[in-house]
Amino acid sequence: MVSKSKQRVHSKKYRISKRTNQLSPSGIRKFFDLLASIEGVISLGVGEPDYATPWHIIESAIESLEKGQTMYTSNLGMPELRQELARYLKHHYDLRYDPNTELLITVGVSEAMDLAMRAIINPGEEVIMPDPHYVAYDACVILAGGKAVTVPTFEEDGFELSAADVEECITNKTRAIFIGYPANPTGAVMSREKMTEITEVAKDHGLLVISDEIYAKLVYGVEHTCVPTLPGMRENTILLGGFSKAYAMTGWRIGYAAAPKEIIAAMTKIHQYTMMCASTMAQVAALEALRSGEESAAEMVEDYSRRRLVMVKGLCDIGLSCFEPKGAFYAFPSIKKTGMTSEEFAEALLTEEKVAVVPGSAFGDCGEGYVRCCYATSMADIEEALTRMKRFVSKYRKV
Amino acid sequence: MLNDILKILENDASTTPKQIAEMIGMPQAEVSRLIKQALKERTIIKYKAIVNWDRVEAEHVWALIEVKLTPQKDVGFDSIAERIYRFPQTRTVYLVSGTYDLFVLVVGKSNHEIADFVSQKLSHIEGVKETVTQFVLKRYKEDGEVVEGTEEVKRQPVIL
Repeated sequence: MVSKSKQRVHSKKYRISKRTNQLSPSGIRKFFDLLASIEGVISLGVGEPDYATPWHIIESAIESLEKGQTMYTSNLGMPELRQELARYLKHHYDLRYDPNTELLITVGVSEAMDLAMRAIINPGEEVIMPDPHYVAYDACVILAGGKAVTVPTFEEDGFELSAADVEECITNKTRAIFIGYPANPTGAVMSREKMTEITEVAKDHGLLVISDEIYAKLVYGVEHTCVPTLPGMRENTILLGGFSKAYAMTGWRIGYAAAPKEIIAAMTKIHQYTMMCASTMAQVAALEALRSGEESAAEMVEDYSRRRLVMVKGLCDIGLSCFEPKGAFYAFPSIKKTGMTSEEFAEALLTEEKVAVVPGSAFGDCGEGYVRCCYATSMADIEEALTRMKRFVSKYRKV
Repeated sequence: MLNDILKILENDASTTPKQIAEMIGMPQAEVSRLIKQALKERTIIKYKAIVNWDRVEAEHVWALIEVKLTPQKDVGFDSIAERIYRFPQTRTVYLVSGTYDLFVLVVGKSNHEIADFVSQKLSHIEGVKETVTQFVLKRYKEDGEVVEGTEEVKRQPVIL
């Protein structure tokens, strides 16, 4: 595999912008170009549910199309959807957001992230985030003209972010802390206590917290900590959420941001010029998901939990130590025993055994020595993948 | 925990106790014990496959029969139902509310065989007042599973 720097495109002919050239191509994306060229691969690489969207949600969208509900909606999103979302946040977290001024429906959490960064960052300002983190976090900051500052997290600490480490990184340029728990790629969850330590630091230094809670519903035997519910944090948090993971709606591209009025107004300004509104059909589907998707979501979570146990035990049995992920749908085993780098491991595993995992290094320096295995795939595939990985690891394990 | 085991088996009866043990984080011996007990107590009635006989050249005719009953003195619906469900041709027998009393699903090798069953057997049973037979033209979904075609969703080889 080619190193990041060599893959950067420095086009002379078309004079691609410096800011774009500053972005490294997503480590996962280049890996999947290789994947697409091989037949018979079992993929533990895709970070999405293997279910189709529950039928009642699909059906509601089809019905809306048949009725000709094909026009733009308000920039903020359909009023009914915002009201339902306000009810949802009140019901689940006892959070009150005004549906008319404090909620914005976006094209997935991805857009919400971009809007949040562009709305708050001035050139050169810094945003602190854990390492490893989801590949878009630092990219969004860079695109907004800011600088991503990473705080290492470690397997020994369950990949939890330490408040003391965060505090050490704070400079007079720091603007915000960007976190996402349950975490992609580690599956880590932050306890309420640990999260409160982080938010106290944020408050002490007058920093905003951007909290990507796309995996909020996917927690196993622990409580999800919703950041704006922590003392004094409703006024200091941009909460990002979506429907992709919990309701198996990745392709619909629908999410939301909840934040104080002034921030939502700023984000809406960008959103109205760049996106107008989220797809109407997807908004109808999201409304149905909020109104009656709870049961189907719970069924999927129950199933993920079973696969999670099989995956983690299987990896440990193979000899790839793996801390128990309590959220999302990823296991993040250490492959250090093989003496390979994450990229070497992932590439060799793909070409020799046709199992796709994502090199941990794609998510930051602290991901080196690990690979991300998504267990949102059938039990049969998980078992076959584990069999192949066992064969692979016993071949390469260094005693 | 028994509920978890039952849910897994109801979805896929071929799941082994070892696999279930890993899925729910319970010792395998305990899983096997619970399954054995569930079978003994008929909480699990039987393990069966859902077969699409159209795929092999074996003719099967299905009929839904609505049966109206006349309550007999000293004999409840249960015993009339039993006289009916003991016939091996009957696949499903429900007591239902509404315009008729028993819903009977019958499987036979030909229309003729089903016609015989209704006219020679079912209609002669004491307490059976009236029957309406509806032949099944096509089975779309059987016991929660789509019969023809796969429901598999094709994932694109991409990642974000």
